[in-house]
Amino acid sequence: MREELLSIIEKNSRIDLKELAVRLGKEEIDVVNELQKLEDERVICGYHTLVNWEKTSIEKVTALIEVKVTPQRGKGFDRIASRIYNYPEVRDVYLISGGFDLLVTLEEKSLKDIAMFVSEKLSTLDSIISTGTHFILKKYKDHGTIIDEHIREEREVIS
Amino acid sequence: MSVPLNETVKNLKPSGIRKFFDLVSEMKDAISLGVGEPDFDTPWHIRDEGIYALEQGKTFYTSNAGLKELREEISNYEKRTQGIEYNPLSEVLVTVGGSEAIDIGLRAMINPGDEVIIPQPAYVSYYPCALLTGAKPVIINLKAENEFRLTAEELLNAITPKTKVLILPFPNNPTGAIMEREDLEKIAKICIEKDIYVMSDEIYGALTYKGKHVSIASLEGMKDRTILINGFSKSYAMTGWRLGYACGPSDIIKQMTKIHQFAIMCAPTTSQYAAIEALRNGDDDVRLMRGAYNQRRRFLMNAFKEMNLECFEPYGAFYVFPSIKEFGMTSEEFATKFLEKERVAAVPGSAFGESGEGFLRISYAYSIENLKEAMTRLARFVGKLRGIKG
Repeated sequence: MREELLSIIEKNSRIDLKELAVRLGKEEIDVVNELQKLEDERVICGYHTLVNWEKTSIEKVTALIEVKVTPQRGKGFDRIASRIYNYPEVRDVYLISGGFDLLVTLEEKSLKDIAMFVSEKLSTLDSIISTGTHFILKKYKDHGTIIDEHIREEREVIS
Repeated sequence: MSVPLNETVKNLKPSGIRKFFDLVSEMKDAISLGVGEPDFDTPWHIRDEGIYALEQGKTFYTSNAGLKELREEISNYEKRTQGIEYNPLSEVLVTVGGSEAIDIGLRAMINPGDEVIIPQPAYVSYYPCALLTGAKPVIINLKAENEFRLTAEELLNAITPKTKVLILPFPNNPTGAIMEREDLEKIAKICIEKDIYVMSDEIYGALTYKGKHVSIASLEGMKDRTILINGFSKSYAMTGWRLGYACGPSDIIKQMTKIHQFAIMCAPTTSQYAAIEALRNGDDDVRLMRGAYNQRRRFLMNAFKEMNLECFEPYGAFYVFPSIKEFGMTSEEFATKFLEKERVAAVPGSAFGESGEGFLRISYAYSIENLKEAMTRLARFVGKLRGIKG
């Protein structure tokens, strides 16, 4: 049931437990236990909500920052990664193959805040060689969800 | 002079589904559980292949029987799913949906006066298509207590010396019934003994929820007397592409190809290119959609259980077929009232034959949110009816 359960709650973590059990054809208690196990094993790392902030009056700016670093002896990229991801304003940190090493996403109230973070916090860390900042202008699709998609019924009636 | 009209056509009754949905289209806020087509979009990689074919200017006729590459993929598909080997050059015909294959298959096999056995409840086109060939349709009324499967006894009772073809529509629309290997073996034995040909409509073959679908054509001695019909509409969510196929003995396929050639020329070229992609790389899409349908199926069965509505557990297609006999009204009355009072549209079972009377076809090719709301309304409706009766 693991794969099917995960694929359902990945799309809808607010689903009612009873409904979840029915859809999986399992007992509710077994589903609860499995969820607990998945949480304990950190397979499930959290339950989040996808918010389209653009529709609110709250200003948010998101940036993708390419970071080149010098890996440290014995620690590789892990140490510098942790120094970056511990900043609360950092949303994601990925180790990346290709032209640079770490991809950092950052969410702030304004362009200025992001510029400050990059110049004052990120660039000044030891072992950072260079950074390249890209601002997100519009989100079309996020976490597998098309942001502006409307539910539609296009099927016409046939015999 | 009066308008020239063919008597057989004139006397055909229009589809009962259509009649019902003309009502629905007038209501804006109605929830429909009536449509018999997937709610999923065609998977993007398949659409993309169609677009690419257009970009490349592949806009000509294909050979009458369909692109050779596609027929080869169809042959591979039937081999890997059913273990049946069809020669792509002589035993496979690409058609405009499974429905064309039903029509021309019957036309290729039937002479006026031949009998065609049609188990019902069933999809609405078999009966008129049989009539149009001059055949005498012989109906078998399938029973709920057999989970709407066709039994050997029922078949034997329907056979006469004039019987030529048995239509075998499983997984079934509208009941969701399936026929498993043991069920089919009994039917196959009779067909061989009585020298009857089978038209096996397996359009929902990829959508079964209790083991894999078994084609009667895969049983010993049956490949030579079965026209297997399948298509892309239901399994790959490709209804609008209008693409299906027939596999069978070359003698019959050859005659079907003649009718197809004169009436249709060839199936849509763009769709054929897209279908090649579907067969090559679409297994995973089918698996995911089947998984989603199965969740909805379980959800509905549980909802019926909670409202004490009798329904056998269907293991195929995307329909459930609950009984509404306890309410003492016809399925058309029930469906009409349900629509009026609760604004939910489901198709009366009687639209699929006499034996569908007393049942309701509910399609679960709808989002779970839709189904949830519809079941809340059904529970309320059923509760009120019982209140009146009690």
